[in-house]
Amino acid sequence: MDLGPLWLSVQLATVTMLLLLLIATPLGWWLAWTRSPMRPVIQSVVALPIVLPPTVMGFYLLVLLGPAGAVGSWWLELTGSALTFSFTGLVIASCIYSLPFAVQPVMSAFESVRNSDLEAAWTLGASHRDAFFSIALPQSLRGYLNAAVLTFAHTLGEFGVVLMVGGNIPGETRVIAIDIYDQVESLNYAAAHQLSMLLLLFAFFVLLAMFVINRRWRTT
Amino acid sequence: MSGNQQIRLRYALARSGFALDIAAEIPLQGVTGVYGASGAGKTTLLRCIAGLEQADEGELVVDGQRWQGPGYSLPANQREIAYVFQEPRLFSHLTVRENIEYGWRRRRRDDGVAIDAVVQLLGLGDLLQRRPAGLSGGEAQRVAIARALLRSPRFVLMDEPLASLDDARKAEILPFLERLPAELSLPVIYVSHNIDEICRLCDHLLVLDDGRLAASGALQSVLVDLNIPALAGDEASSVIAGTIAGFDAEYELTEIEFTGGRLWLPGILGTKGDALRLRIRASDVSLNRDRAVRSTILNLLEVVIEDVQDTRGPTQLVKLAVGQERLVARITRRSLEELELQPGDTVVAQIKAAAVRGPQTGEAEK
Repeated sequence: MDLGPLWLSVQLATVTMLLLLLIATPLGWWLAWTRSPMRPVIQSVVALPIVLPPTVMGFYLLVLLGPAGAVGSWWLELTGSALTFSFTGLVIASCIYSLPFAVQPVMSAFESVRNSDLEAAWTLGASHRDAFFSIALPQSLRGYLNAAVLTFAHTLGEFGVVLMVGGNIPGETRVIAIDIYDQVESLNYAAAHQLSMLLLLFAFFVLLAMFVINRRWRTT
Repeated sequence: MSGNQQIRLRYALARSGFALDIAAEIPLQGVTGVYGASGAGKTTLLRCIAGLEQADEGELVVDGQRWQGPGYSLPANQREIAYVFQEPRLFSHLTVRENIEYGWRRRRRDDGVAIDAVVQLLGLGDLLQRRPAGLSGGEAQRVAIARALLRSPRFVLMDEPLASLDDARKAEILPFLERLPAELSLPVIYVSHNIDEICRLCDHLLVLDDGRLAASGALQSVLVDLNIPALAGDEASSVIAGTIAGFDAEYELTEIEFTGGRLWLPGILGTKGDALRLRIRASDVSLNRDRAVRSTILNLLEVVIEDVQDTRGPTQLVKLAVGQERLVARITRRSLEELELQPGDTVVAQIKAAAVRGPQTGEAEK
């Protein structure tokens, strides 16, 4: 069994997860506290990947990231290589595709941070930034755990967007879901079965671990 | 601490259905009470002083340093104050020790109070490793007080710290609050709508009424000002300071001496020479034209009527001078007219008094 695609998937999921936790922090904080009338608009944009078919997402990303697209052409000029059908392109696409799975739990966690706690921290000498890192962030760890697990698992199981934007280049864009599709296409059911079972068990145990930890957290 | 140290403030703000417009001076020593009905603006005033509320116009000068003025406002975290909220607001992800060290680690001066001293003062020794979720309401509020004190504040703001507690928990915390200003020599601004707490703890009093300052001054003189409607309710009281002159061991009574004479109080309340503070409710004072021959009331004092409240209700407050102290009595308007009581008259007052601050804190008296 060729584990290359699995390894590529894990790399993609890890990079995507880390980037999304960074992106979700300011975005989730803003969504949790803002009174701006733009809030529902931004919320809807963030949630789009949940409802859109991956092919629609993938198509627009292909257009955007392609050598003639707004982002793709700029990237081509900057680095000399195209974004589409590359690992970097896959990371960008994955970040957009999994964004709601990072923002939603982080935002909910920030929403449950009490303003009264932050006020108390300010009167105890903490600046806004200090209070964020010493009060809000530690009180939101559960949200971050959920966001990490969901984005990792979701990216690992990604298929449509990857196919549209990344294609099927071994070692560069052939992730596990694409590999399984290939094996089925070439009627190689045994290999497809092995990979599928691996993914299924992995997804199950990751989710199980998350729910068990969540439950423990609630009781302490 | 020299006597001219003070907080000078002026705040004006308008919210929907509420306006605050206050200018006041608060001494930077002892305990200053801020009294008023709910909705009078007490909490808003405290939040303005702490920098948590942005006033339309604000000015705050603490001991000559400008903290706030036109176009300038020191951020909340840079104002060296301790704020004790109505609720404890402990950080749930930290232990008790980590909670009380939160402000201490961020203090700006090192001449403040030591952790061990505050832990001992508030009786927190056994709680340090616990989580806030496992504390009773009274314990949590004590932790919150310790946490606030340890940030080395210039003064302490307390917003009804006892309001969310039942009577037993209040009785548990009040002694700590009484000892605090003297032991840590920290000025306190204490918000309350409970006149009993005010009488017990405060030396100085601001009265707020509907967002405005109705009165301010020394506790004893503000309490007996008949022109402050906020203080003329059922709880109208006066406070006098005295010392223990002796005891009647057989009947278990304590004799208190003050500038206007002597009073007997039930119980053995300390040792001879101890300073005591007495609260006398207006409804516990009655007036006689003559000295009653036989009465169950132990305390009869000759007093001079100084002022009579100008109202047309069924009862009226009468301000009385006795020695250097002032008392208020609540009597019916009918009695007032039947006895033809006038300012300047000398009458006999029958008094029931209660000690509100015991001898163990006598040193706190200024």
